[in-house]
Amino acid sequence: MYRNKTQNRRKIMVIFLGVIFITLFLIGRLVYLMIFCSEYYGIKAENLHERERDIKAARGNIYDRNGVVLAENKTVCTISVIHSQIEEPERVIEVLSRELEMSEEQVRKRVEKVSSIERIKTNVAKETGDAIREYELAGVKIDEDYKRYYPYGSLASKVIGFTGGDNQGIIGLEVKYDSYMQGINGKILTLTDARGVEIENAGERRSEPVEGDDLYISLDYNIQMYAAQAARTVLEEKQADSVSILVMNPQNGEILAMVNEPEFDLNDPFTLNYALEAEPDAEEKQNLLNQMWRNQCINDTYEPGSIFKIITASAALEEGVVRLEDTFSCPGYKIVEDRRIRCHKVAGHGAENFVQGLMNSCNPVFIEVGLRLGSDRFCDYFEQFGLLSKTNIDLPGEASTIMHKRENIGQVELATMSFGQSFQITPIQVATTVSSLINGGVRVTPHFGIMTKDSQGNVTNTFSYDTKEGIVSGEVSATMRTLLEKVVSEGGGKNAAIEGFSIGGKTATSQTLPRSEKRYISSFLGFAPAEDPQVLALVIINNPQGVYYGGTIAAPVCKELYENILPYLGIEGTAVTEEDTQA
Amino acid sequence: MSPRMRKSSGTKEKKMKYFDYTLLFVIILLVCFGLVMLYSTSSYNAQLKYGDGTYYLKRQAFAACLGFAAMIIVAEIDYHVWQKMAGLAYIAAFLLCVAVIFMGSEGGGSSRWFRLGPLSFQPSEFAKIAIIIFLATTISKMPKKMAEIKSLLKVMVVILPLVAPVAYTNLSTAIIMVGIAIAMMFVASPKYSHFIWMGLAAVGFGAVFVVLAAYRAERFKIWLNPEGYEKGYQTLQGLYAIGSGGLFGKGMGESMQKLGFVPEAQNDMVFSIICEELGLFGAVCLILLFVLMLWRFMVIANNAKDLYGALIVVGIMAHIAIQVILNIAVVTNSIPNTGITLPFISYGGTSMSFLLAEMGLALSVSRGIQLEG
Repeated sequence: MYRNKTQNRRKIMVIFLGVIFITLFLIGRLVYLMIFCSEYYGIKAENLHERERDIKAARGNIYDRNGVVLAENKTVCTISVIHSQIEEPERVIEVLSRELEMSEEQVRKRVEKVSSIERIKTNVAKETGDAIREYELAGVKIDEDYKRYYPYGSLASKVIGFTGGDNQGIIGLEVKYDSYMQGINGKILTLTDARGVEIENAGERRSEPVEGDDLYISLDYNIQMYAAQAARTVLEEKQADSVSILVMNPQNGEILAMVNEPEFDLNDPFTLNYALEAEPDAEEKQNLLNQMWRNQCINDTYEPGSIFKIITASAALEEGVVRLEDTFSCPGYKIVEDRRIRCHKVAGHGAENFVQGLMNSCNPVFIEVGLRLGSDRFCDYFEQFGLLSKTNIDLPGEASTIMHKRENIGQVELATMSFGQSFQITPIQVATTVSSLINGGVRVTPHFGIMTKDSQGNVTNTFSYDTKEGIVSGEVSATMRTLLEKVVSEGGGKNAAIEGFSIGGKTATSQTLPRSEKRYISSFLGFAPAEDPQVLALVIINNPQGVYYGGTIAAPVCKELYENILPYLGIEGTAVTEEDTQA
Repeated sequence: MSPRMRKSSGTKEKKMKYFDYTLLFVIILLVCFGLVMLYSTSSYNAQLKYGDGTYYLKRQAFAACLGFAAMIIVAEIDYHVWQKMAGLAYIAAFLLCVAVIFMGSEGGGSSRWFRLGPLSFQPSEFAKIAIIIFLATTISKMPKKMAEIKSLLKVMVVILPLVAPVAYTNLSTAIIMVGIAIAMMFVASPKYSHFIWMGLAAVGFGAVFVVLAAYRAERFKIWLNPEGYEKGYQTLQGLYAIGSGGLFGKGMGESMQKLGFVPEAQNDMVFSIICEELGLFGAVCLILLFVLMLWRFMVIANNAKDLYGALIVVGIMAHIAIQVILNIAVVTNSIPNTGITLPFISYGGTSMSFLLAEMGLALSVSRGIQLEG
């Protein structure tokens, strides 16, 4: 048996010291990892453990000018079942099928399906959700969510627009003011294990959602209702394709109503508002939906026809190429170069002065005036009146003016343009331009948005809009008001006259392209009071059947509307008292 | 060096029975701490897998009880008894290690276990203790010859038959066994130079080995950049756990990484969860506890009655030191990943039982120490 010698002890010591040395290195490594890399790895680990859940922020409401809610949020519930947590499947099936008014078979299929979570029904009314919660059924989950709700369904549908599943605006004001109304989603941070199962009592971190701002718009619910009523009536009577009515304040550009019948149901925007014979495929359906969602006042252009004579007359008066007492002769046509351009009155208006020419809406008179202006000056005014640019209305998708190139305008083009043909502009452009010609020469920006308020009712934004003065001189503007009042009281627009009120206006009947199809657009633009216009209305009837003259079918619509809204707006019939005293 | 005992055979000195209570205390502390940490790390996995959060704890506690019983028995028996059984132990270990290749159950790709009903047995754990006894017996009979390189090579050749089948199923354990053998030879030999050459040769062979085996080369790359490889997942998760521990840790039971992020957290990666829950402070305390244990081994080996006893304790010391160092080095990504458990703490019944039996052996050697009165 050998002894354990000193040299063996020394070697054991060497091993021990070696171990100590390596251990110190490892401790150093631990210090490095746990002190200096602690933050780096700690954050990485935390990111791994945390799951983020959004808390939806409530979208801001839309209110009309009087505070009537046009768009709001409704709390809806989603009912789901968690298969592994269900204790009494039969009772769950029974209760759910009864409360949700679904067939037992349907519910049974979903309850008995082996899945982590199975959705039974979405968009369930809050009351139903609460009722189901009362039963305290194990494994039944009720999630609350917001859903955009439009209390008046189809009212101003193409103006207000609607939102998609992610609370984002899809068309209309919902798109334009999306960023104001959206709010900021909140977040819940929870800890989960590697399988993503939340750890109970782990203490969740929350950041609260910020509610979106409420939008206040210039639209007036009552006027919109009257206008929509009038539009629907004429649409049915005349079996027209569509009827648009635009009501705005010509002084500041606030739009009071914008109707585009047929409207669609904002609470069900993905269903066509008419029946189809065959079910369309997805692409076709989308095209049809896009068509249905179009706001004809803004997204579509048309030939304005005789209403444009207001603009030609203003330009001619401003330029001084015509005086009111200038006389003209209308044989029922005018020959320009080699073309014979007809007047709507085939027999001709005979001898007439400029005022009578406007009252008669006589084409040869305006051809003559247009030719006096010449294409260059005509185009200059066209531009000065703002007809080449967009109105910058606060709605998406405004269409641009379709116009001849300046250098391509010959005598014939000039002649047709002077009574509103051979170019296209949007209805909103017509209303805006005429507004500036009758309000003393101030080009206003048509708009809906007035202000936003936060959920506490504090004003967060007040929207201001560009104006441009000096579009026409004050005198010309005053002259135009007088002339247009005459059009309604004595001329072609007399169907729009209302006893006791002074109303200015102009009718138009334009033929759509191709001319051979004999499709017409009848329109009427009216404003009141004629001396100091506070409200301007534009009625456009697209493809009416039967009589299609604007003076005959569009002017009465405006009259009907004004009969309702002028007293409502507190506009008094000052002109009547004058006439009465004269009479 | 302990000057207290020079001539133990001296008859005039009063003989006092010695027993290393410090070591016993450290062992008990480590086992208890290990069980607590094992429960903390394994309860989530156990709940998921077996629906019983204490599944691993129960099995480990059972193994610990068996181990304590074995420790007490072995500590009571004179360690010279094993000298006679060294050859038998060697052969038995060899047979078991070969048999497990053909008859073992699959676990993590290679068969390492015998399953007997609810119990399982890992013969490589037995092989470690067998090689310690076998080499202590062999070397202590020819200490003078250990100066010759021929003898060193002879010893290596002799243990090769046992190391080879172990290496076939579990390379890490084979490396530990070779490490134990080298440490024992190093202590027995009066020279240093041989071992320097041996060390250089080992490094050279290791390098060739890494280059030749593609999957080891990949492990090497993962080691250098664990975030760049999908297979670096385990290493990276361990680092996340260690890093998020900070100075004082998240507190007992508060680890997030054990919730499935560190795969099988109760096995090789248990140290990372200790770091996460107890922080740098707890981790260093644990390392110091192991160092304390190794220090006690050194004291026992230095004062052992004979070279045989000293070599046994040196083998045990090498065993614990190598496993602790390699395990912590792997967990902290200081070396490429290789599966080595942390003694007394990682889950493993066979390992626990045999470690405690080994401790009994060390305690038995400590009893042989005679103090001068």
